Amino acid sequence: MFQMNSVSKVYRTDLIETHALREFNLHVKEGEFVAVTGPSGSGKTTFLNIAGLLETFDTGTYKLDGEDVSRLSDDARSRIRNQKIGFIFQSFNLIPDLNLFDNVDVPLRYRGMNAAERKRRINEALELVGLASRVKHIPSQLSGGQQQRVAIARALAGSPRFLLADEPTGNLDSLMARQVVELLEDINRRGTTIVMVTHDPELARRAHRNVHVMDGQVTDLQPFASRPLVRSEATA
Amino acid sequence: MFTYHLRLAIKSLRRNPVLSGLMIAAIALGVGVCSTTLTVYRLMSANPIERRNDVLYAVTLDNWGPQEPWSEKRPELAPMEVTHVDATALAASDIPTRHVVMRKTSFVADPSRISGTKPFLVESRLTTKDFFAMFNVPFRYGGGWNQAADDGAQSVVVLSSKTNQKAFGGGDSVGKILQLDGRDYKVIGVLDEWNPSPKYYDLNNGAFDEPEDLFLPFSIGEILELPPAGNVNCWRNQPLNSYQDMMNSDCVWHQMWVELPTREKVDAYQAHMDNYVREQKTLGRFERPLNNHLYRPDAWLELNRVVGNDNRVLVGLAFMFLAVCLLNMLGLLLAKFLGAAPLVGLRRALGASRSMIFRQHLIEVGLIGLVGGLLGVLLTAAGLLQVRTMYENYDGLTRLDFTMVLTALAIAIASGLVAGLYPTWRVCRTQPATYLKTQ
Repeated sequence: MFQMNSVSKVYRTDLIETHALREFNLHVKEGEFVAVTGPSGSGKTTFLNIAGLLETFDTGTYKLDGEDVSRLSDDARSRIRNQKIGFIFQSFNLIPDLNLFDNVDVPLRYRGMNAAERKRRINEALELVGLASRVKHIPSQLSGGQQQRVAIARALAGSPRFLLADEPTGNLDSLMARQVVELLEDINRRGTTIVMVTHDPELARRAHRNVHVMDGQVTDLQPFASRPLVRSEATA
Repeated sequence: MFTYHLRLAIKSLRRNPVLSGLMIAAIALGVGVCSTTLTVYRLMSANPIERRNDVLYAVTLDNWGPQEPWSEKRPELAPMEVTHVDATALAASDIPTRHVVMRKTSFVADPSRISGTKPFLVESRLTTKDFFAMFNVPFRYGGGWNQAADDGAQSVVVLSSKTNQKAFGGGDSVGKILQLDGRDYKVIGVLDEWNPSPKYYDLNNGAFDEPEDLFLPFSIGEILELPPAGNVNCWRNQPLNSYQDMMNSDCVWHQMWVELPTREKVDAYQAHMDNYVREQKTLGRFERPLNNHLYRPDAWLELNRVVGNDNRVLVGLAFMFLAVCLLNMLGLLLAKFLGAAPLVGLRRALGASRSMIFRQHLIEVGLIGLVGGLLGVLLTAAGLLQVRTMYENYDGLTRLDFTMVLTALAIAIASGLVAGLYPTWRVCRTQPATYLKTQ
């Protein structure tokens, strides 16, 4: 699926250098559900941004579906983000004055799909997350959990190769958090690879593997044998 | 994608109605002031006879006194009008295809016997017959007079559309009799709406006035000894005890135009004028060096400085005001777009390229320009109305035609795009990751 080898990222200002990632190594297979944990400032978000092609890195290699994405142009990175990666954010990041249909529609527009195909995918995605009946509502009319489910629908509508989730339950109460996690598990069972950054150890235990990050490096890789890995039939 | 971006632009404007209103107002105000000034300038500097610009020529002869030139500030210029003697002499030449000699006078028109309308003062033009053909003057009813009328000083008259309306209630009044200063004249033609601005054929008597109310054969003026109603300039004190004295004097009070369709005819007529003046010099006239000229309408307008420097300065100031408005709009756009940077970061994360974001914001800026431009057109109309109420003579200059409406809209959209380029570029530089956590 994707492979990071010795990836390093340094943030420089006039006064200080911050080594966000140092010799970061991670290989995620197709169909895996990987939880990335670590204390604040450990480099989890930087890893997520690099994995999602939202940021560049200084050294190392990053291969996504076998393609080296280190030196891609900005347009190429945007294209890959649109076609292969789905994002789920802690604060949902829905566009407040667009209804659910239009919110889920955003990434599909940038892919240049025709209207009929977009409509089909949007309805399917909202159906999957159980919000097909609220398609004309705007985000402010939904609960936090519902908003996060819309964000998941948006991430799924384009049939991405994998989902990147940054603290997906961070802003939810326990009931809603459980619903979202169950939804993510269901999505993973259907074959979508998921990489999730979380502070929540309970949530981390629901994944196949836990990757612990400390000071910009992977310090611990623990598989959870209790949950079998379900591979999709699609090749990586 | 264009309609999608347009929808997003409309939503964006509605999201911050006050900010959007301020930007639209900035463009509207700048465009309104600019277009008002530009409209007046354009109409002032227009050449109403452009289609015949290559064949018509205003005649000037330098018959002025030896002590000082016609114009102290521009000593190279000859008087803009000619004497009666010189106009009559030059009009005898058969080199031009057509020629016109003319001057202003005035009458009291009395249509009361026919229509019951009370008498009223009319500005009139005494002209030879070719005036109407040379200057493409349109007729609604009837036509001008012929050579026989010119030679015989026939009592015929052509009415302007406005005078026809006033005297006879409009309609075909050809054949009716109009009394001017107690003498009957037969109406032989009524003009259609005609208001060349500037009034190129006689810039010395109200360049932006409306055309005259009546047109009569030039020879009537001599027969009836009609006094001039336009400018009369004389360079020396000479006794003017009679109308004949006036006609024989060196005072300039006639306008003269000729039609010369080829270069050869122009050269021939120039030589003819020069030869005439040389001959007059032997009789003690034309004491200044040879300085005779033929001016095409565009050069004539330029020579007479119809559009003064103050008008040009006003146009410049108007564009500077527009620039100030655009700077304001740039600042507001920068604040708005950078305030929406988290949304841009989100769209970038979801797969929008920089060019897509650029297009989206440029369309929004174009929409602001368009709406501002439409409002600006309204402000332009209001501005021109204000100019019209302040300056009576600017009636013909304060028309907002289709060309100016399109120009105003084009200025607005272009201005908006120029002002919006930097804020749009700035927001496209947004790094997607920067705002995603904090949104």
